[in-house]
Amino acid sequence: MFRHTRIALLAASLATFPAGLPAATATPLELHPKPEVDLPVGDDVGFPEGPGSDVIASNCTACHSADHTLNQPALSRDEWRKVVDKMIAAYKAPITSEDARTIVDYLDRVKGER
Amino acid sequence: MLAADRDGSAERDTRVTQDDTTSASVPSRRRFLAAASAGGLGLLTRRARGETVDFRVSGGPSTRPMTTTYPEKGRMIVQRTRPPWLETPFDVFDRGVFTPNDQHFVSWHWATFPTHVDVDTFALRVHGLVERPLFLSLKDLMHDLPRFEIAAVSQCAGNSRLYANPRVAGAQWANGSMSNAVYTGVRLRDVLDRAGVKAGAGHVRFGGLDGPMLPDAPKFVKSLTVDHARDGEVMLAFAMNGEQLPMLNGFPLKLIVPGWSAVYWIKMLNDVEVMDKPDPSVWTTRSYRVPDTANHTVEPGQTGYDLIPITRNVPRAFVTNLRPGDTVPAGAPQPVRGIAFGGDSGVAVVDLSLDGGRTWRSTTLGRDEGTYSFRQWQTTVTLQGRGAHGLMARCTNTGGAVQPMRRVWNPGGYLTNQVETLDIRAA
Repeated sequence: MFRHTRIALLAASLATFPAGLPAATATPLELHPKPEVDLPVGDDVGFPEGPGSDVIASNCTACHSADHTLNQPALSRDEWRKVVDKMIAAYKAPITSEDARTIVDYLDRVKGER
Repeated sequence: MLAADRDGSAERDTRVTQDDTTSASVPSRRRFLAAASAGGLGLLTRRARGETVDFRVSGGPSTRPMTTTYPEKGRMIVQRTRPPWLETPFDVFDRGVFTPNDQHFVSWHWATFPTHVDVDTFALRVHGLVERPLFLSLKDLMHDLPRFEIAAVSQCAGNSRLYANPRVAGAQWANGSMSNAVYTGVRLRDVLDRAGVKAGAGHVRFGGLDGPMLPDAPKFVKSLTVDHARDGEVMLAFAMNGEQLPMLNGFPLKLIVPGWSAVYWIKMLNDVEVMDKPDPSVWTTRSYRVPDTANHTVEPGQTGYDLIPITRNVPRAFVTNLRPGDTVPAGAPQPVRGIAFGGDSGVAVVDLSLDGGRTWRSTTLGRDEGTYSFRQWQTTVTLQGRGAHGLMARCTNTGGAVQPMRRVWNPGGYLTNQVETLDIRAA
């Protein structure tokens, strides 16, 4: 009786839990030379054109694609200023103060809180 | 007013759709700009005829393109093209506790990581406060040191940031910047002991082959205390789920810090430096920091709290076989299953609530793959009344930590782990 119950439970659990991958491999591990990989950097969408779009593109896309910025939530002008300041202060983006203002204007217009 | 209107509502609808709004050709730049100027910023993240996923969040773009164009990667969600942020589609987590290598999430800080690594000339440098500075080849690591294997969840510190309320800047991950794998390699302790850590050493700093884009920018590094580095669990992995690492997940060698945030899991690891002082880099002193408060939570606009570096993972549980908005038969047995992980300790129990957290019932745990692994859980419920129901899954770890009911919020959008509500209907 108990045995039957236990088998039934096991069967039920096997039926319900997905099997997933094997936990470990039995074959000996070897590292194989890997060909150079090709990254699809051309998939990026770019910044929507408008006042300042050339400035944000030339200052920001050296380090990251435009979709990084475009996927951000709508932020206040002050929050965007903090983001740009962090890129300059922490990550050493060489952005002039004039360009930084243009970039914040652009972000406030395209990605600002409304 | 700024508080969450619905606590724990991070598990949202994620409908995948084919974009049938565009013709077969790639949209022209003019068309792209027209979409942009029409205010349709959401359109910018879609690709012609491409599959998209809609996370159904407000306050910013809610859809993301899906892609199969990254090397050694299957179907992934594009959070950022370059350097890649690729998110694991959530349906993957229902198929088993181990995430397939080709759908393991991807996150890089700098775009300058190599696209090719020579396995014969690659060397791991071990230096600093050591008796015998070393250069270890992959052959040395694979054949001259004891093998070690462990299952562990790698989770970005900002997983689920997309659902922060109010929204915050940063990588806009939904719930899929986490993946689980069995790692094979060597213990860091064995490597450090071979080099001989000198007296007075306190910290070990790790760096990879990725360099900063700009000359003055900070190289991405993280450090651990010597005691942590020598705990016998921190390891250097040359294989994931029995295969060599995908390039985008850190081929040929990755630091694995079980139970700790993935920010520590340095990819393409080639530099281990033993130091007397903690690492002063911005990656610890300015970034990846959370409030030193209960559940790292503060109110928006709050000031006057201390910030501490992100370290350990915290417990989480997810329903994986039902999606928000699903309809199930009323009055009939309905299997509910999912995954959980304990963070820095194992999964003790996963409980389910059908009444907003008033009462909880335990669930049956699946096979234990190890302290730091995902663990599956399952139960059967019967939803009696027709209409809306909320399912809450809650993990308690073996250290006694339990997911909070109150929403987790901090300005960085880090370490979210509140109990989530899955809204479904019975009919």
